Amino acid sequence: MPVAGIDVGSQTTKVVILGDGQVVGQSVIVSAEETEIGARKALDEALKQAGLAITDLTVIVATGVGRKDVSFATRQKTSLSCLAKGINRLAPSVRTLIDVGAETSTVIRVNEKGGVDDSIGHDRCASGTGVFLESMAKLMQMPLPEMGRESLKAQKRAEVSSMCAIFAEQEVISHVHRVPPTPKPDIIAGIHGSMAVRIVGLAKRIGIKPEVALCGGVAQNVGFAKVVEEEVKQKVVIPENPQLVAALGAARIAQEEGGK
Amino acid sequence: MFFMGIDIGSRGAKGVVLEDNKIATSFIGDTGPESVKTSEMVRDNMLKNLGLTMKEINYNMATGYGRVLVPFAHENVSEISAHAKGANWYFPSVRTILDMGGQDCKAINVNEKGQVTKFIMNDKCAGGTGRFLELIASVLALQLEEIGQISLESKKNFPFNTVCAVFAKSEAISLMKKGTPKSDILAGLHDAIAVRCHNLLKRVNIEKDFTITGGIAKNKGMVAKIKEKVGIEPVLAPDPQIMGALGAALFAKDRYLAKQVAAQAA
Repeated sequence: MPVAGIDVGSQTTKVVILGDGQVVGQSVIVSAEETEIGARKALDEALKQAGLAITDLTVIVATGVGRKDVSFATRQKTSLSCLAKGINRLAPSVRTLIDVGAETSTVIRVNEKGGVDDSIGHDRCASGTGVFLESMAKLMQMPLPEMGRESLKAQKRAEVSSMCAIFAEQEVISHVHRVPPTPKPDIIAGIHGSMAVRIVGLAKRIGIKPEVALCGGVAQNVGFAKVVEEEVKQKVVIPENPQLVAALGAARIAQEEGGK
Repeated sequence: MFFMGIDIGSRGAKGVVLEDNKIATSFIGDTGPESVKTSEMVRDNMLKNLGLTMKEINYNMATGYGRVLVPFAHENVSEISAHAKGANWYFPSVRTILDMGGQDCKAINVNEKGQVTKFIMNDKCAGGTGRFLELIASVLALQLEEIGQISLESKKNFPFNTVCAVFAKSEAISLMKKGTPKSDILAGLHDAIAVRCHNLLKRVNIEKDFTITGGIAKNKGMVAKIKEKVGIEPVLAPDPQIMGALGAALFAKDRYLAKQVAAQAA
């Protein structure tokens, strides 16, 4: 029997539908002002892909910051447990998961069953999150995917010592206006570095155990992934759809809890 | 005798000239991209006000974040010492200072001689700094000078659980779209900042008398919220923003007189 997981993030809403244990539909949409409407839109898109109707779903698990505002969900689960369950299916050997979303960054120690052993995160400060990166992209006048690619050309990371987005902006501006200006790839690598230092600093507080995986929307940025690898000093696993990990985990929980 | 203090802050550049032990003139301008030029601009404005030339200024002292970039200063002193010295001149009974500047926030304990006995500062996060208030004012399409007053008109505090400038900005925008009155948004933000300042103050000793210095001390809404959290009515200088420059001018005087004594002894 098909089940669905819905992950309502601060910027995007993600859905994964599992039918007989396989992914049969998935979607990522920009979250609407009204959580309920956005969640329904994302679900409909995934249902269409799967050739199903909402009445075919036996269990719908909602997760993410907006999980309490999805009235059609049958259950709610925290992001932590969904992320752990999701990565456990995609890469069972992962023991440390770094999730970088639009407004949060979280590090989870995942056990072999996909349970959460420990976690640490912050959600009251934009440092090391997607919005930090977005404001920097605006400053560099570059679309986000280009930022990632451009940073791979860096010779070295320019110094961006502030973790606060506001103060880092000033550092970046001073790099741009320097005579001669700091090369753009180096500045961007420095921006990624500021984020990675913040997040890996969190990770170190609970201990980094191999293997390490990176997920969330920011994991799509190849340049950021590279500096994270440098900071954790090991290869980092990045799932094919890093944004969908929590939605997949929610769907797995739906399946385990009665969607069989 | 005249003594000059120049305070090059991260956002504002301030100056004070003392004639003996009285404030003869003061000046406040924006810190431009070139601190050297900024410091000369502050100096020239004050000299013009007084109809004096540099020859008639006995000693110059610089302070603030850009204090090493004041070419005509004889010496420089940290802004923490300068604020303590300035606050002590106005209010010898002050033991606790909250300095709210453009890009940082400091809690300082000061003794009866105007010396710093303890201090702690936040310069890692823009929350609760002048930069934060500037951003919020611009999001709400208001002048920085009016947001404090408007916050006092609020009927209902909108609670903010973060002082992160980035998050507060996006939350303020979405609240405005929903029609939340600007005064309620501002009251909530001022409240959140006051909580944060109180937490900073708790890390030093909160003792009477208490004063607030720096540009933000001119924001009535902010002062009211801080008073509410700390539970002590702050004593405020006529212009709390020039406190650092005043302290620097007082240090200039001390140094000049000490040198004269030393010269006479020799």
